[in-house]
Amino acid sequence: MSRVFVCGLGAVSPAGWTVSAFRDALARGEPLPVQYLARPGWEKPLRARLVPESSPRPAFLTHPRLRRTSPITHYAAAAALEAVAQLKRNNDPCRRLGVIVCLQSGCVQYSYRFFDEVLKNPTTASPMLFPETVFAAPTSHVAALLGNTPLAHTFTGDPASFLQGVALGVQWLEQNRVEACVVIGAEETHWLLADALWHLEHSAVISGGAGALCLSLDPALSLGVELAALTDVHPYIARRSRHQAAQDMRDQLPAAASDELLCDGRSESPRTNAPEQAAWDDWTGARLSPKRILGEGLMAAGAWQCVAAADAVAGGRFLAANISLVGVNQHAIGARLVRTGSISP
Amino acid sequence: MLFPLPVFPAAPRRVVITGAGIVTALGLGWKRNAEGFRTGRTAFRPVTQFEVSRQRVRVAAEVDLPPALPATRLTPRQTGRLDRASAMLLLATQEAWQQSGCEPAENIPLVLGTTAGGMALGEAYFKQAVQTPHRQRQQPSRALYYQAQVQGRLIAEALGFSGPVTVLSDACASGASAIGHAWELLQAGRAEVAVAGGYDALSQLVFAGFDVLQALSPTVCRPFDARRDGLSLGEGAAMIKLETLDHARQRGAVILGELIGYGATIDLHHLTQPQPQGNAAVASMTLACESARVTPADVDYVNAHGTGTPLNDSAEALAIQRWAGERAATLPVSSTKAGVGHLLGGSGAVEAVVCLMTLREQWLPPELAFETPDPACNFPIVREPTQAKVEVALSNSFGFGGVNATLIFRRWA
Repeated sequence: MSRVFVCGLGAVSPAGWTVSAFRDALARGEPLPVQYLARPGWEKPLRARLVPESSPRPAFLTHPRLRRTSPITHYAAAAALEAVAQLKRNNDPCRRLGVIVCLQSGCVQYSYRFFDEVLKNPTTASPMLFPETVFAAPTSHVAALLGNTPLAHTFTGDPASFLQGVALGVQWLEQNRVEACVVIGAEETHWLLADALWHLEHSAVISGGAGALCLSLDPALSLGVELAALTDVHPYIARRSRHQAAQDMRDQLPAAASDELLCDGRSESPRTNAPEQAAWDDWTGARLSPKRILGEGLMAAGAWQCVAAADAVAGGRFLAANISLVGVNQHAIGARLVRTGSISP
Repeated sequence: MLFPLPVFPAAPRRVVITGAGIVTALGLGWKRNAEGFRTGRTAFRPVTQFEVSRQRVRVAAEVDLPPALPATRLTPRQTGRLDRASAMLLLATQEAWQQSGCEPAENIPLVLGTTAGGMALGEAYFKQAVQTPHRQRQQPSRALYYQAQVQGRLIAEALGFSGPVTVLSDACASGASAIGHAWELLQAGRAEVAVAGGYDALSQLVFAGFDVLQALSPTVCRPFDARRDGLSLGEGAAMIKLETLDHARQRGAVILGELIGYGATIDLHHLTQPQPQGNAAVASMTLACESARVTPADVDYVNAHGTGTPLNDSAEALAIQRWAGERAATLPVSSTKAGVGHLLGGSGAVEAVVCLMTLREQWLPPELAFETPDPACNFPIVREPTQAKVEVALSNSFGFGGVNATLIFRRWA
């Protein structure tokens, strides 16, 4: 069995553009302030938690590939660069890096702009916008920015799909197709997306950003955290409800211990939370729910849970962390991270 | 558990295809499509699905869907919610599933490739939200069924199999990536059976996007022709059922072909343009050959990505020549996009099924519109219906964003 180590973390969130800002917001435990997105034709705006403008402007935006890109690419790139910083510090430019980007809504800002232009007059719609509407665009830009990336893929799905991305990254590492792999979950906000979310869950507050985990088989690169388990994928089907899938996922992870953390996906919505709440009803240990502080970041939120769990273990606050990703309409998947050395090779 | 993994098999397991379903503008199902591809029929006509009167180009290869979808395990209400893309996906998956003779079963992975999922639903959502913002009717279901993973769940439910749904969105390589991903799952011992493929329906946003990029041909789609002037869009779906050879043999399944190789790389040259020398494409074909343990000399037919755009075809032509070396001079190549258009997320899967057809029925699909050889293409383009001995066929798929994927199939005799 290979040992897979977490060797870097990255986060862009409504708390800011670094893991440090993300960590501080979670440590405070207070939901971040809500902003409002104007919804054309309505007096009542939609609620959101927005990523603040980066100041100073990120240097990577001068890269030729990133000049005209949308915020989702900026978030993904910033999180990826932060996550691979350790590799760069090790001055190993030859390390082959895999890139996996996971999205649920994807490039909604440019899609909105482009389709709006098409409906008004397709002959004058901007050819610069269209390529940026494609799900694969952020992946391509991030891979170009990082360089030396022989493999890159884009997953779409509900937020639990972030762990499908992690599983593929592990596969690439074990097959020696790459020496490190950065897995990124990213989303951007827009009133149209907030509107769609409102239809599905009135109490949710949309947010955006990105989270990234860099994985490697090289213990020398480890932040002191290694992957102990990824559960099976527990899909929602007619014969297995979201409640049952969440329970099946939970049953594959261990019981609570005093020095362990549960990083879950509970949000402001009791209805959406119910399956996860029930599945982890027996958990008596510490518990962290990033969405309650940062908002419904969709795939970014799935990644944030993993980043928060890894950061808590890396920082020595916990010996292990369980991650519970109970996706909204696809599947439930869990993971367990432990401090390096706490499992036998 | 996804991790730690069970111990890998000592040697990668052989993976065969026991079912294939296909929906294109040539028709529904293997038989109609095989006849169309074998004879080089083209299926382009004026677009009817959305407004194109102000577009530069107004034709595409639209699918004629049946008036009613076949009965499945979905309720009439669920079936009624299926959008055009889901309907094509359902038809292709059902054909593959029925052809393979499988009973409903648990824990069969479904791996889908798509660029747009339910884009038409997203467009309808947009229009209503902007044009009649206080009207809420149908918006919740559009917001839900627009998502590809929800479409995937419905298809699995319709046919009575269950298992993880994985959606890859590698632009125009999505369908090939999905099949390659499923192949790897089976090779590594993570599943005995998987269903994989790709789909995309025409949508106004995507059609207009290719049009404003001036990537659509205002004349005729002629891949690798010296006078080529762009691609034509199409729509459709193709799905295949993959099984380990042992599993297929145990249940006495009819084997359509063997998937023997998969290679994937990324071209970082530009978001929408390939690196002119086709470096990533060479690497993709080389990796696929390595995994298949074949050389270019063993390959009897290349189903090229061949979009018909000047940049793609020149880079791919160079890549094929660099990869194949001396073999290129006699290696038959064609692009079936000349007949059914570019199906985006569906193209890699449709072209995989075309390769299975060539292996099963021993013909090569021609490009009848090909007229003027491009001096840059130093390999023979299949120009007329041709019977041929085909033991190994290779299919290329290259996407916006740079994912290059190559699949290699072997005839099952």
